[in-house]
Amino acid sequence: MSVSRTSHLKRLEAESIHIIREVAAEFRNPVMLYSIGKDSSVMLHLAMKAFYPSRPPFPLMHVDTTWKFREMIKFRDDTVKRLGLDLIVHTNQEGKAQNINPFDHGSAYYTHVMKTEALKEALTLHGFDAAFGGARRDEEKSRAKERVFSFRNANHVWDPKNQRPELWNIYNARIAKGESIRVFPLSNWTELDIWQYIMSEEIPIVPLYYAAERPVVERDGMLIMVDDDRMELRPDEKPEMRLVRFRTLGCYPLTGAIESPADDLAGIVKEMLIARTSERQGRLIDHDDSASMEKKKREGYF
Amino acid sequence: MMDTPNTSSNDEALELTGEAFEEYLQRQENKSLLRILTCGSVDDGKSTLIGRLLYDTKLIFEDQLAALERDSKRHGTVGEDIDFALLVDGLEAEREQGITIDVAYRFFTTDRRKFIVADTPGHEQYTRNMATGASNSDVAVLLVDARNGIATQTRRHAFIVSLLGIRHVVLAVNKIDLVNFDEAVFKKICKDFRAFADSFDFDSIVEIPISARFGDNVMTRSERTPWYTGSALLDHLESVEVENDLAASPFRMFVQWVNRPNLDFRGFSGTIASGRIRPGDEVVAALSGRKSRVKRLVTMDGDLIEAGPGDAITVELEDEIDISRGEMLAGADARPDVSDQFAAHLIWMSDAPLYPGRPYLIKQGTRTVTATITDIKHKIDVNNFDHLAAKTLDLNEIAFANLSLSEPIAFDPYEVNRDTGSFVLIDRLTNATVAAGLVWFGLRRATNIHWQALDLDKSARGIHKGQKPTILWFTGLSGSGKSTIANMVEKRLHAMGRHTYVLDGDNVRHGLNRDLGFTDADRVENIRRVAEVAKLFVDAGEIVLVSFISPFRSERRMARDIVEEGEFIEVYVDTPIEVCRERDPKGLYKKADEGKIKNFTGIDSPYEPPETAELHLDTTKADPAELAEVIIAELKARGVLL
Repeated sequence: MSVSRTSHLKRLEAESIHIIREVAAEFRNPVMLYSIGKDSSVMLHLAMKAFYPSRPPFPLMHVDTTWKFREMIKFRDDTVKRLGLDLIVHTNQEGKAQNINPFDHGSAYYTHVMKTEALKEALTLHGFDAAFGGARRDEEKSRAKERVFSFRNANHVWDPKNQRPELWNIYNARIAKGESIRVFPLSNWTELDIWQYIMSEEIPIVPLYYAAERPVVERDGMLIMVDDDRMELRPDEKPEMRLVRFRTLGCYPLTGAIESPADDLAGIVKEMLIARTSERQGRLIDHDDSASMEKKKREGYF
Repeated sequence: MMDTPNTSSNDEALELTGEAFEEYLQRQENKSLLRILTCGSVDDGKSTLIGRLLYDTKLIFEDQLAALERDSKRHGTVGEDIDFALLVDGLEAEREQGITIDVAYRFFTTDRRKFIVADTPGHEQYTRNMATGASNSDVAVLLVDARNGIATQTRRHAFIVSLLGIRHVVLAVNKIDLVNFDEAVFKKICKDFRAFADSFDFDSIVEIPISARFGDNVMTRSERTPWYTGSALLDHLESVEVENDLAASPFRMFVQWVNRPNLDFRGFSGTIASGRIRPGDEVVAALSGRKSRVKRLVTMDGDLIEAGPGDAITVELEDEIDISRGEMLAGADARPDVSDQFAAHLIWMSDAPLYPGRPYLIKQGTRTVTATITDIKHKIDVNNFDHLAAKTLDLNEIAFANLSLSEPIAFDPYEVNRDTGSFVLIDRLTNATVAAGLVWFGLRRATNIHWQALDLDKSARGIHKGQKPTILWFTGLSGSGKSTIANMVEKRLHAMGRHTYVLDGDNVRHGLNRDLGFTDADRVENIRRVAEVAKLFVDAGEIVLVSFISPFRSERRMARDIVEEGEFIEVYVDTPIEVCRERDPKGLYKKADEGKIKNFTGIDSPYEPPETAELHLDTTKADPAELAEVIIAELKARGVLL
């Protein structure tokens, strides 16, 4: 038995739990988008807390582009088994049949088909009216202005000029038929909060976040891990073992590793404190233009 | 060109190793959280100040800085220097127009506190966004341009800040560099501010001369303002005490979710709004009045011996009492108000005006019911705080009003408890959040007037007449044929021995509603009264035929909602306006076209056709007698005629 704390992490935790419970209570058919990364791990942990001793009254869903790191998929399957949760895995079958991949089709088109379109397709297919996502406002400029409850019309489009005001902790959850919302319970968390929380709550995360010797090539200024033999090497590329880890996880051909000796959480946090580049720099898709994330979001990207 | 970022204490942490570093992290984890609102007039430098805070606390990374330098050249307004405002003005439209149009949330951390900053727009038309940012903030930083002094916006924002219950204000007199760091200018602005702000009852007002662009008195005291002896802005924000007395207040928790994993456990999940609670404490379900004691405070980390404000918990009670979402658990010895009528301040947030009498949804805590504004007592001119008479309320206007709800709610006055005294109003058709509300006090009338429960009910009265009491609601343009058809239906029913009554727009306007005109507000009230009269007829067992243009969906919806399911049949008399104009039985279209009648439906006032009327009659395809038979057939099919 313990007395409750009032630290900033405790306040963030309580706020997120409040949001998750509101959605479960007010929506007909919610789903939690589970991307296997550290933010998803925290979000899932908060959902477990929100409904304890019950299980979360909604399934998890992973949009699998088929290009995720193998370790991520293993971690995903272990996690749902350990927690006894329902998991829906969705892949854009048309894209898969056409072999849409990041090498031949470019990161923008590939992301659009295998992530954005796949997500919309899955939400429509299952008739989900609310989808939790692990995005944080500190990640990127256009995210800083997004609401906790982000409304999408029947075509999953976001209109930044027509957002509902969110006052106090009252969330207007009413939608018309066909409309849906994306919910971001981690809106007010920063990257540092996430790591500190993982550390204090001992939340399991994918081992790729910790430094290890991994086969990488340098490509377009980034260190790309050769995770399987589908990656075609360019003539001048030769995989070499380097001590690297990942600050964010996504599709392996699009996710840059950083050279680092940090093999535990304290080491990761310490690196965070000296970090001079923001975490999204490790993602190829954000580089196009400083307003590109807003464009993607309007189209329905998470 | 640029200063080296101030070295924050992070550097010192990096020297630590092993246990010392773990200890350092432990301290970081337990620091407090402060939520700040920044506001002020356009171009007073809010975004620049936040950019400066992020930059000086090392929250800007190299790649963001590179993007910022690029953007500064493209959109910047400060020549070759870095334009910090570009760092926080996120949305494309804002970057192009150079203004902030929405609330942006920013985060920075020092060794002592984590900060969440709500950066809110200064333009008048975005008052709603400012109120949104203020609703969750502990401290407001009001920026004033030293060159311009107190602006209308400053007064407006100070008022909203005080209305939303922020107790601590910083008056940041910015661009002090542009007035040569002149103490007299600073003093004058402080005096002007106190002249009106003292009446707002803030717990603290701290004035600081700053230059957001150059950093004077932001992180550290500036040598360029030797006459200023107070704290630098960040020092103040790190140390300001905002502890409220919520922990000492009576216990309040809205039930969000009933936690029922199996038959052996029934818990009530929610976030504590105020007070502390321990197992054994007596609590009451405020709406039902049923009491019990706390058995356990359940969390995944183990049972708690005590929980307090802000904690998200699950409460298990000693007794099996029926509690659902929307109920409030409260300390049994200090209960909240429970009423279906109260007075409140409203901040109107919708482009569509507020009309008294129109039904909205109210969400307060976790409870959603129907509400109407019965009376706007006055609206408030936020520039000089005068009270003005008002019949409606437009976007960004603030009013003091009485509300009447379909069911009681449990609440406290907003000034006592932000969480239990706040609510939002939601439009029932568009689902938009149209107003923020702050409860002032409960109106006790509701607890004294109870409906007399009568033994003889409407169904008994109806059976006596061989019918199920029903409203036939005819809607359509002027001249569409509503009254003609309604009269035919009534004659047919009369011949069949049924009991009927017709309420006709013109007839009612000559008597009951003769005080009403044709503005949108009066039309809403017109329909409300007619709907209430129709409801009384239904209660009397009658079939009542209402023949009203009733142009707005929401009022027809209201009429439908005040009677029971199945008692309301909407009949859309669909006649194209060209046909109506040609018929023009009362010569009204002619007058409207000549401009002699204002607000004429279909001409300069809108008609919203029904989307889901029970009957849709096309008068261009059949004559009135045939259409009357369609209605009679429908009444038979629905079992209205026994």
